[in-house]
Amino acid sequence: MNVLNFAHAFFGDSAHWHGYDGIPTRLVEHITYSLEALLYAALIGLPIGLVTGHYGRGGNALAMIATAGRALPSFGLLVLMFIWIGFGLLPVMIPLVVLAVPPILVTTYEAIRSMDPSPVDAARGMGMPEARVLFQVEVPVALPLVLSGLRTAAIQIVSTATIAAYVSLGGLGRYIIDGLYQKNYEKVVGGATLVAGLALATLVIFWALSRITVSPGVRRSG
Amino acid sequence: MNGFFDLPSDLEYSYLGLVGLHVREGLLPVLVGLLVALPVAQLCVRFRWVYPPVLGVTTVLYSIPSLAFFVVLIDYFGQSETTVMIPLAIYSLVVLVPAIVDGVRSVPQETLAAAQAMGLGAVRRYLQVQLPIAVPAIIAGLRVATVSSLSLVSVGMLIGNQGALGNMLYAATTYHRPALAVNSVLTTALLGILADALLVLVRRLLTPWMPRKGATR
Repeated sequence: MNVLNFAHAFFGDSAHWHGYDGIPTRLVEHITYSLEALLYAALIGLPIGLVTGHYGRGGNALAMIATAGRALPSFGLLVLMFIWIGFGLLPVMIPLVVLAVPPILVTTYEAIRSMDPSPVDAARGMGMPEARVLFQVEVPVALPLVLSGLRTAAIQIVSTATIAAYVSLGGLGRYIIDGLYQKNYEKVVGGATLVAGLALATLVIFWALSRITVSPGVRRSG
Repeated sequence: MNGFFDLPSDLEYSYLGLVGLHVREGLLPVLVGLLVALPVAQLCVRFRWVYPPVLGVTTVLYSIPSLAFFVVLIDYFGQSETTVMIPLAIYSLVVLVPAIVDGVRSVPQETLAAAQAMGLGAVRRYLQVQLPIAVPAIIAGLRVATVSSLSLVSVGMLIGNQGALGNMLYAATTYHRPALAVNSVLTTALLGILADALLVLVRRLLTPWMPRKGATR
């Protein structure tokens, strides 16, 4: 297999393991950008999703936001922001956050709104105030779905942060973009392997997270 | 702003030519994805144990970034449209399989029993009962697949200008014409929204028994 040979050559070269263009540096860069974008997106998406879901309002508006978010080409937005704002982290953060908010927002809304109303009624009957109904009943039950929304967002961010290398950002995409320009296929395949690996690691992390945080009772019924 | 629709000649296409190319590069994979997803989903419905592993594999495939997919395929198909369309077809497949499985599974047991009592065989029961009832779920999947596919085509620009409307982004940075980037983003988004609206219309035509109001989602 050709691709395997390239990957082997890339990872076997010790020059790729240190320095500012080394794998550890690029990996840390990629993870930092991704986490930062996910944090901003969650700070925007989660509260709005929770509140709208709790009161069951604004579903149509959210569906429109979701479609618009999907329709906006991430790569185009990236290049456009780069042209308008110039070098830096901001032109990259804007498209990443814009892309990650809709999945978080819509899944959270759906998760809270579509849950079985009887435990919620029971909680109200026990005299819980609205905030406690939301955080002690609705959020734990809806958690698997909420996490799946965050997972989708995280995967999209990791994937789009790769493309961000085109507008001179660091991260693992650097290898792919530079490799393509230099016709250095070894580098391209190495970068692709790393990016795919990081995406899979994201999947595993979210799987583990849902194992830890979702209450056993909810998991059994789900 | 010199000529919003005035493209540099090295793109080798007029504006409308790029739109046509974009539509083809974006929609063909969804069609292929649908054609593969239908039998796969039917297999998952028939044999329940097939579904969890299929779901696992598709989740993993879906998480692989498009650019990584593209560059690995370059080795086999060169920097071509095919290289762009194969990952898009796989992404579509991944979105469509669960949508179809959920849709077909949601057909009530009594309905299936009634179909059987009326003497429908397995094939006719699938084509005339299960599939039509699953249409809303399938279209919901198609909407997601189509819109994301159209927006992902642009990334193809990175592998030798195979990104249709995305190629305008390259021209925008090279010739310092921001208008071209604005044009690319707006046109791509518009195509997605238009395709989405068309699919909603198709669903209305295919499922005349569904209530019009309150069924927009």
